[in-house]
Amino acid sequence: MSLLEVTDLHVSFPTSDGVVQAVRGLSFRVERGRTLAIVGESGSGKTVSTQAILGLTPGADISGTALFDGVNLLDLDGERLRRIRGAEISVVFQDPLTSLHPLYTVGRQIEELIRVHLPDTSRAEARRRTVELLGLVGIPRPERRVDDYPHQFSGGMRQRAMIAMSLALNPKLIVADEPTTALDATVQAQILELIARVQAEFGIALVLITHDLGVVAGMADEVLVMYAGLAVERADRRTLYYRPHHPYTKGLLESIPGSSGDRGGRLRPIPGSPPSLIAIPSGCAFHPRCPYAMPVCPAERPPLAAVTGGANHASACWLPHDAVGLGAEAEALRLKAKES
Amino acid sequence: MRAFLLRRALLGLLVLWLVTLGTFLLFYVAPSDPARTLAGRQATPEQVELIRHNLGLDRPILTQYLDYLGKLVHGDLGQSYFSGESVGKLLAADFPPTFSLVLGGAVLWFSLGVGAGVLSATRVRSLVDRGLTLLALAGVSMPTFVVGLLLLYFLFFQLTMAGVPVLPPDSYVPFSENPAEWARHLILPWVTLATVQAASYARLTRGSMLDVLGEDYIRTARAKGVPERSVIYRHGLRAALTPVVTQLGVDVGTLIGGVVVTESVFGLGGVGQAVVQAFISGDLPVIMGVVTLATTAVVVANLLVDVAYGLLDPRIRLS
Repeated sequence: MSLLEVTDLHVSFPTSDGVVQAVRGLSFRVERGRTLAIVGESGSGKTVSTQAILGLTPGADISGTALFDGVNLLDLDGERLRRIRGAEISVVFQDPLTSLHPLYTVGRQIEELIRVHLPDTSRAEARRRTVELLGLVGIPRPERRVDDYPHQFSGGMRQRAMIAMSLALNPKLIVADEPTTALDATVQAQILELIARVQAEFGIALVLITHDLGVVAGMADEVLVMYAGLAVERADRRTLYYRPHHPYTKGLLESIPGSSGDRGGRLRPIPGSPPSLIAIPSGCAFHPRCPYAMPVCPAERPPLAAVTGGANHASACWLPHDAVGLGAEAEALRLKAKES
Repeated sequence: MRAFLLRRALLGLLVLWLVTLGTFLLFYVAPSDPARTLAGRQATPEQVELIRHNLGLDRPILTQYLDYLGKLVHGDLGQSYFSGESVGKLLAADFPPTFSLVLGGAVLWFSLGVGAGVLSATRVRSLVDRGLTLLALAGVSMPTFVVGLLLLYFLFFQLTMAGVPVLPPDSYVPFSENPAEWARHLILPWVTLATVQAASYARLTRGSMLDVLGEDYIRTARAKGVPERSVIYRHGLRAALTPVVTQLGVDVGTLIGGVVVTESVFGLGGVGQAVVQAFISGDLPVIMGVVTLATTAVVVANLLVDVAYGLLDPRIRLS
């Protein structure tokens, strides 16, 4: 049994402008101790989907199932879900500068997490554990820094503190939502390394949400690419990088500086911009931006179906299932499909 | 922190000095002549001149001002032109009612306003929120004297007529004399003052709370599994309170200078009533005394706000 199995998740927000369909039937699995990267542009639904499962999207209409250790999180009442949050599933957010409370010491915020879930823990015990955690994530002299306020920490240190907090109760799953986006490039690598280290050390499963395929390269076992609230491609890391099927994934890969097909050439950004989630294009939502769009694309939504790039490789695209990869051969297949 | 407070205190003294100077000059620009008022209608110009001389009003303005400052430094606020009483003594009598009124009112309006604001912010666009918004709008719009008179009519007059004389009509009983009576006489004035103020505090708290509840650290608290109550009070309100406390300091300071209407409606005496009297008759020493007192209150209140800020926000404490 997978640790987390999400099936047909829908999340929408009623607003005065219309219904925002943030997630439109998303399914994915996270295995114990493994890393699933969810990749997509802002607005693709990657953050909303994980927050909805955790009950952190007030006002949203949610349907589907999210089995965590066999329990459907979407069936739980607020109180039972609260007991899981922070204890069994913890979250590391994007911006460590704004994600810590400015008016409480870093130590106190971690102690609070411990004592909220384990009310019998004494203050002294919670503090001892907090110091230990801060040391574990590489904060120097943790017994002194524990009494510092967030503004006395650098950005990287704050993210380390957030990671320490997420580890406090030995969770089974950590959701890291763009954990390095707000950090300096040099610090990014350190934080990713730290996440990978603690994950391996404690056997924690990780959902890594990012828009940065470079981050994925070093971390993910499996990758899920999202577009307009749907999974458009799912593959192991190698397959995704070398044998992508979906034109959107291909576009993402080609827009990474220095790693596009024509090395040293110009970047090839994906034309257009992500669709409005109130008026999503019909059929395949990517068709207005797709260089290979065919008559079927706006008419019918392609299912996430097996393609030939690797084991367990699936893509939601009408192109032939063997049109995988970035080379000339695959390109010929794609163009042929478009012409016919 | 100590250097910071010292700097603010010196700044406060500067403000105090500028305000006294401004008031003094304004008094001479304004077309009022206390000597003539004091002399009465039938007085000859010589008599008026004599009175003017006796009051020291025939000296150059600068000399008069320096004389005032010199006495002020020694704690002497001078004598009233009309009653001849020491201004210090007058203020000592007028200050307690005002102080009691403002401080008690502040406790009431702060708790009511913040409570309503939190209630609104945590139930945005609900019936409760809309109801409280309407109530706040009514409170802000209602003139103080209307609120005061309504309260007097229903809670004093009608109750007394009905044979339940729970609340006294007016006047002030010193705290040192009888604390219970002191409070009983101040209930209606407190409620009057609080009705108007609480409304704007509810709006302020609601807005501040809504801002804070949208912050990332509130989401973190929820993601940590902190119970909702704690999220709202320990994480939310704690951060939302800073601007509200600032406003409280400013308001208390300002009101000490005169809650004229409430004092008058309930016949409490007090600083506000005294200064209105003094302005009408042109009693400069009393005006200067009240202005000095009011300015000091504002300056001290602001200093206390700075201290409170430091206690509330560690980022300010350390920088």
